[in-house]
Amino acid sequence: MITELGHLALWLAAALALVQTFAVGVGLARRDPALIALARPAALAQGLLTAVSMAALFHAFATSDFSVKIVAENSHTMKPLLYKYTALWGNHEGSLLLWVTVLAIAGGAIALAPNRLGPRFKARTLQAQGAIALGFYLFLLGVSNPFARLAPAPTEGNGLNPVLQDPGLAFHPPLLYAGYVGLSVAFAFAVAAMLEDEVTPRWARAVRPWVLAAWAALTGGIAMGSFWAYYTLGWGGYWFWDPVENASLMPWLAATALLHSVAVLAKRDALRAWTLLLSVAAFSFSMVGTFLVRSGVLTSVHSFAVDPQRGLFLLALLGIYVGGALTLYARRATSIRAGATFDPVSREGALVLNNLILAAILGVVFLGTIYPLLIDLAGATPLSVGPPYFQATVGPLIILLFLALGVGPLLSWRRGGTRGLPTKLLAPALAAAAAGLATLLLARDPTASAVLGFGLAAWVAFSSLVILARAPKPTAPIVGMTLAHIGVAVALVGITAASTQTQELLASLHEGQSARMGSFETKLIAVGPIAGPNYTALRGRFGVSRHGEKLGELMPEIRTFFAPVQDTTSAAILSLWDGDVYVTLGQPTGNGAWQMRLSFRPLVTWIWTGGLLIALGGLTAGFAGLRVRATRPSGYRASAPAWSAPLPVPAE
Amino acid sequence: MSRLGRFALLAPLTLFGAFIIVVGFGLRHDPHHEVRSALIGHPAPAFDLPGYDPTHPGLASSDLAHGNVTVVNVFASWCLPCRVESPQLAMLASQGVVVHAIAIHDTHDGLASFFRNYGNPFRRIGLDDSGKAQIAWGSSGVPETFIVDGKGIVRLQHIGEIRADDMPDLMREIARARS
Repeated sequence: MITELGHLALWLAAALALVQTFAVGVGLARRDPALIALARPAALAQGLLTAVSMAALFHAFATSDFSVKIVAENSHTMKPLLYKYTALWGNHEGSLLLWVTVLAIAGGAIALAPNRLGPRFKARTLQAQGAIALGFYLFLLGVSNPFARLAPAPTEGNGLNPVLQDPGLAFHPPLLYAGYVGLSVAFAFAVAAMLEDEVTPRWARAVRPWVLAAWAALTGGIAMGSFWAYYTLGWGGYWFWDPVENASLMPWLAATALLHSVAVLAKRDALRAWTLLLSVAAFSFSMVGTFLVRSGVLTSVHSFAVDPQRGLFLLALLGIYVGGALTLYARRATSIRAGATFDPVSREGALVLNNLILAAILGVVFLGTIYPLLIDLAGATPLSVGPPYFQATVGPLIILLFLALGVGPLLSWRRGGTRGLPTKLLAPALAAAAAGLATLLLARDPTASAVLGFGLAAWVAFSSLVILARAPKPTAPIVGMTLAHIGVAVALVGITAASTQTQELLASLHEGQSARMGSFETKLIAVGPIAGPNYTALRGRFGVSRHGEKLGELMPEIRTFFAPVQDTTSAAILSLWDGDVYVTLGQPTGNGAWQMRLSFRPLVTWIWTGGLLIALGGLTAGFAGLRVRATRPSGYRASAPAWSAPLPVPAE
Repeated sequence: MSRLGRFALLAPLTLFGAFIIVVGFGLRHDPHHEVRSALIGHPAPAFDLPGYDPTHPGLASSDLAHGNVTVVNVFASWCLPCRVESPQLAMLASQGVVVHAIAIHDTHDGLASFFRNYGNPFRRIGLDDSGKAQIAWGSSGVPETFIVDGKGIVRLQHIGEIRADDMPDLMREIARARS
């Protein structure tokens, strides 16, 4: 019964999306206030109805109602309660419901947000958001119904892939979706701006908090997914350049470029067409990613079950939305007046460089992701594109990006010239040289990439501090930017340390035997069976010491799940101040010894700490935008020129 | 930024159109065809490995082109699935199929205890301490099994352990390699 209510709520939401798309559209064309006024309640109700729909499906999972098909396929009565809930998004239909719910809630949030650009603009934005939602409701209800029943109902479910049974998975998908589906707001704003001829600095200021919020959530979601891979998959990797990871990275890259160019538009009324294009591109890449992952056109470790019908449906949606928005762009962007001009060597110039490099990275990631498909279609031998391609292509671009990151924020808006720049750059340059030199002298393995990585991190960090120190007043946008850029430096330290300074040892040990790796020593104390809630495991107890000093005991496990039957390794990690000791238990060798792997990954947690700082920086800057908005009266067009006037000091 | 040319405005749409066409074809195309080893239909790679003991001499590429179909089993004594497939290998050997082995990263003691527990169906055993022969064979793990025909041409690569229900397929492929 509750399941049917959830299903009904979804149909009602679809009907409201229809009203929001067409009735509001007619209202906007005829300037009929009664029809235009429908947009707001329709968007709010959609948010509520999709939430009801989610709650109904949660209920089916919590009560193990195996007459619901996706519950039977993905859950099990023995599963701990938290994982019954999270099994909802461990499959295609449920995760798509989450996707659509985020879309509808974002629509509700637009409806509730203060009205900065007038009621007509808001209705237009809601119309665009409703139109996107409509297609995805139809996709969900038509070919991916999460409420489909199963008759006869089985008495027990198939269970969830044990790798997904982890607290990390409880929060990673919702956060990730909040980010990349949240970018739909920027898309809807861009479509509305083109239809209502509102590509202005005040439009940029209105869309900016939405971009920052979605981008911060996406950053957090990606960082969390990477951390989850690191501690569950058992070999210490944190990014695999898998198509699904790239599907979330591509919108992130576009959104990163967008939040920088939107600042230029807001502050200086330049880069109008480009900012518009990026607003469209960010969410378009989210949809492309969803298509690539769910259509089966690429094979990936993360892909959901494949169904060509779904692929065609998604392709049609993609063609309508992205194709429609880009057609609108091609037609309307000619009428967009050229924005303000600026010197190549200026803050705007640096932000253009930032955008060009980010777009180049986006291009190579996109090409690498679809290359296997291209080559397959060309009839050549199937191949997969792996980390070596991405490292070789993205690496040099990242170096350029980070070099520019150290200089850009120190330049002034509009005015060209490099006067005073050498003094400002002295501290970052010295810090970078010192970090490089220290790496050469002190690092265990002073490779060129280690010197470069640590040097660049010091360069970025110190330059960010110089900007903060020189700002006349540490406003929220400046603090946010500094936090995010220092986050970049922190993550870079982590990535460099983990990729160049990791020590690793493979050994087979009898109980009581020890192995040595550099200053570390590990002793296998015992291996014994233990029973988990829905698995049994062999747990090894390893004592670990460094320089003869005991650090603690680590207990990695090999888990055998019953439903479905599958073995997983659970690594044991001991975080020290300067890195992680990582132990995994392997197979018995047959003569009473056990294979094990010990590694020390210096500063590896800095990667995710950096990611967290970047997300926090985005939130800080985003909330500043909200506060500004709250203190301004809604029709403040008169004050806009004052905002867009060139400021003599960098204020962002 | 100056006024954009017509081309710049149409470029995103054009690129997107190209993408839609490519993935449209991609959808009609089945990506799930089996990835075959590049070695199939080609001569076995050149290698020469030392033997395990006098009754089980080493294995080299020259041992594979004597007119008989041979089975080459890439295994290791430390590998669990390799134990699972031992009855199937024994059955092959009992039916007169010549089964050779390449032992990866192994020790004499490890092999001796493996053979004590699970039997030794092998004619020749090449010790691949460096793993280089394994790489030359395009094998990414243990166990893997190759069928090589009398001219030394690789006919089949079986990845993973040989289970009882894999046997009919394997026997059919051996019969085909003989003809």
